Amino acid sequence: MVSGLINENPIIYPKKERRLRTDSSNTDEFTPEPIDQLEIFDHIRDIKDPEHPNTLEDLRVVTEDSVELDDDNSYVRVTFTPTVEHCSMATIIGLCVRVKLLRSLPARYKIDIRVAPGTHATEDAVNKQLNDKERVAAALENPNLVEMVDECLLPSDE
Amino acid sequence: MDLMEKNLELVEIQKLEGHTDRVWSVAWNPVSSHADGVSPILASCSGDNTVRIWEQSSLSRSWTCKTVLEETHTRTVRSCAWSPSGELLATASFDGTTGIWKNYGSEFECVATLEGHENEVKSVSWNASGSYLATCSRDKSVWIWEGLEGNEYDCAAVLSEHTQDVKMVQWHPTMDVLFSCSYDDTIKVWWSQGDDGEFECVQTLGESNNGHSSTVWAISFNAAGDKMVTCSDDRTLKIWGTDIARMQSGEEYVPWTHLCTLSGYHDRTIYSAHWSRDDIIASGAGDDAIRLFVDSKDDSVDGPSYNLLLKKNKAHDNDVNCVQWSRSEGDQLLASASDDGMVKIWQVATKP
Repeated sequence: MVSGLINENPIIYPKKERRLRTDSSNTDEFTPEPIDQLEIFDHIRDIKDPEHPNTLEDLRVVTEDSVELDDDNSYVRVTFTPTVEHCSMATIIGLCVRVKLLRSLPARYKIDIRVAPGTHATEDAVNKQLNDKERVAAALENPNLVEMVDECLLPSDE
Repeated sequence: MDLMEKNLELVEIQKLEGHTDRVWSVAWNPVSSHADGVSPILASCSGDNTVRIWEQSSLSRSWTCKTVLEETHTRTVRSCAWSPSGELLATASFDGTTGIWKNYGSEFECVATLEGHENEVKSVSWNASGSYLATCSRDKSVWIWEGLEGNEYDCAAVLSEHTQDVKMVQWHPTMDVLFSCSYDDTIKVWWSQGDDGEFECVQTLGESNNGHSSTVWAISFNAAGDKMVTCSDDRTLKIWGTDIARMQSGEEYVPWTHLCTLSGYHDRTIYSAHWSRDDIIASGAGDDAIRLFVDSKDDSVDGPSYNLLLKKNKAHDNDVNCVQWSRSEGDQLLASASDDGMVKIWQVATKP
């Protein structure tokens, strides 16, 4: 059977134990909870890779350290590492991360997505597309693309 | 009047709510203002696929939504432009079409739909006389349309020299010279020789001409038409100039040159820049702020320089996509459109 996958044999890393979140000491219901790196990572770790039945965390496409955060300034940057250098799924993966964060974070957040430097043959082109919000908006009006993204964002039954 | 010496602020006059998705653009009707005895009219277009027409009541001075242009475009309406006579409104949509709407007083009717672009239409612009319309698209092309009798439009040219998505087209305020800016980081100038000439690209302003290093989002001319400002994803504003007298008198094209770059003022992509009739440049950026700049009048040998007049933080709750000064003299009204779904009307005023 010819599967035609970009990456036939991705490396699947052992799952990292999930740290329990300690109870917040903030009992004031009016003060917004500060958002931290782990929370943002929690939003994206289970995104499914478009080609394989594995999560972005499994394939080390994203790690906790790939999230750079400045909650005071409502800024986050996620750097993801495609599994292969010529991965044509890179833009889809980046789009999935952006959509998940757009749906999960407060509207005040500015989100930058980029490919880890040196890990993709056309990283500048991919980064430019992922950070052009007009292009992203138009892409998300394409039902086929939205269906693909929603598939990746569906929680898997564990 | 030296603006820098006055203590000025940008005062929010009103917040216009109604759109159910981000607002991409606003456009002031050129012939309506209190001075004309006609109520000022503003059009806004949105990701909710509609265009809203807002009018200011001369009695109560408050703005209300007069009408909603809907059920025509099937996707985001990205930009809109009034014809110079104020009778027509052109709307550019991600659905690949450009709508032409006629203003019948209390209602608008879509009298023509221009088709041809292969995908999303990003911008539309009328020339000074209203005889030409230009559109541009992610299909990398710029189209020029000619208006004929009976709401017919003919495609006069398809210009395909940009190598990427074209973000905006803007006709020169006094001459039939067309400017376009793109995801390919350049600004292109299109000119036709004489009356029968074909439009062709006579100049490309790119990195080698001190141009932008990333997507150029917008172009705006000063009233005289001898300067223009461009804004970019590279977080700078650039001022360009030409010898307009030479260009208007002669038969030949006079190139534009870079005059000045305003960098270090913006932390995120600048989506819009607009040059007012009284020489204030407004910018709208991805950091939710609106900034105003003025010529420092330093008369340096190196050319003009500009100063930040004021910065309005949190002008909106999200990215500012468009800023447009009203055309009326003395009013100094500014309209802004944002990802927060709002349109806001502002006034420049002296601090009490």
